[in-house]
Amino acid sequence: MSIAVLYALVGIGLFCLGVYALMIHAHLLRKILALNIMGSGVFMVLLALAGRTEIMPDPVPAAMVITGIVVAVSATAFALALMLKISAVTGRAELNDEEEK
Amino acid sequence: MEALSLLQWLIDGLIGIGLLWLAWRALFCPELFKAIVLFIAFGLLMTLAWVRLKAPDVALAEVAIGAGLTGALLLSSWAKLRDFDANKGMGVREKNRVQSEQKTKRPFFHWLSATPVLLMAVGLGYGVLQLSPYATGLSTAVAENLDASGVSNPVTAVLLNFRAYDTLLEIAVLLLALIGIWSLEIRPSVREATLDPVLDLLARLLTPLLLLVSAYLLWVGAHASGGAFQAGSVLGAAGVLLILAGWRLPLSLAGLPLRITLVVGLSTFIAVAVLMMLDRGQLLAFPPSQASLIIFVLETTATLSIAAILAALFLGSRPDHSEKI
Repeated sequence: MSIAVLYALVGIGLFCLGVYALMIHAHLLRKILALNIMGSGVFMVLLALAGRTEIMPDPVPAAMVITGIVVAVSATAFALALMLKISAVTGRAELNDEEEK
Repeated sequence: MEALSLLQWLIDGLIGIGLLWLAWRALFCPELFKAIVLFIAFGLLMTLAWVRLKAPDVALAEVAIGAGLTGALLLSSWAKLRDFDANKGMGVREKNRVQSEQKTKRPFFHWLSATPVLLMAVGLGYGVLQLSPYATGLSTAVAENLDASGVSNPVTAVLLNFRAYDTLLEIAVLLLALIGIWSLEIRPSVREATLDPVLDLLARLLTPLLLLVSAYLLWVGAHASGGAFQAGSVLGAAGVLLILAGWRLPLSLAGLPLRITLVVGLSTFIAVAVLMMLDRGQLLAFPPSQASLIIFVLETTATLSIAAILAALFLGSRPDHSEKI
């Protein structure tokens, strides 16, 4: 096993932890945290697999990950604003999906 | 790929285990505030992992945006949520809030969702282990064309020349997020920042330094790690620091001048793209002789816009509206 495979496996672990947390948490801020950790996992797999060379690592995934980080922060900012709006309207920072009477 | 020495294995193993543990704690810690702080620590450890993976450009972007700005955004939203709750009522609400922060789906659902997630983890892990241990990807193609790109940092060459449309759309995404937030019309936080002398002094000392670091990152991006995104996020962080210290954009600048700064990056990019299409018949195909000048202009305007957008994302409400109330 090489360093690339080690970090790729860590990335998969982070992604799966994020998916699990996204599904079981009700609070929207925790869901946003989970999405961010899923994103970090994907970035890690991409960059780890880019390092499977003897010469310099592939710069294309690195550029894509930088783009991804910026897109992730935009999406996070927008999601947080939506969460604040939902909380201001309904009084709760979570979505109604059950036991609504 | 040479065999890794024991020390390298130890460092990488510790970083890997540390990342998984911090992610677990950040996702399942009972207190939300603690969870956010752990998430920031997670971002900083990610930076170390990027350095180990020989991606210093990504490390710079991660530490400024992933850990720094995302952390600031999360903390400020958490504080606003708490203020909403505090406005509704006192005492009993505190207990309700803590309960709502910890609320999860029913235990039955935990098992129901853990099983497919575990299966997915096994499947993905198997997939990674099946991959060939050697893959050059596009690194040779990039290295062969680096001379024609106008810059000598391969990551900047990919971001602003070979795949410049990625960057074009990325700035558009940033702008879209800001338009989305502005159109939600969230009331600005009522509570005024109390003037903290330490924060005030820190902001005064750090702002010029951040400006300098940002300009350096922008300039050095052409031949070493750095570039428009790293420079823009450092500049944006200076804006966030000033906002935290109680500084507000003067009303005379909050209207048209701010909007021009917000869109200058995207509009320059689109103008260059159209010009190149008229001249060379292809979107964003730069002539090698002028490529470094074009990239410099694009990066400078993009840095300004990215910084303004990131600071505006942090502020949340429109600066010209918040002053009127």
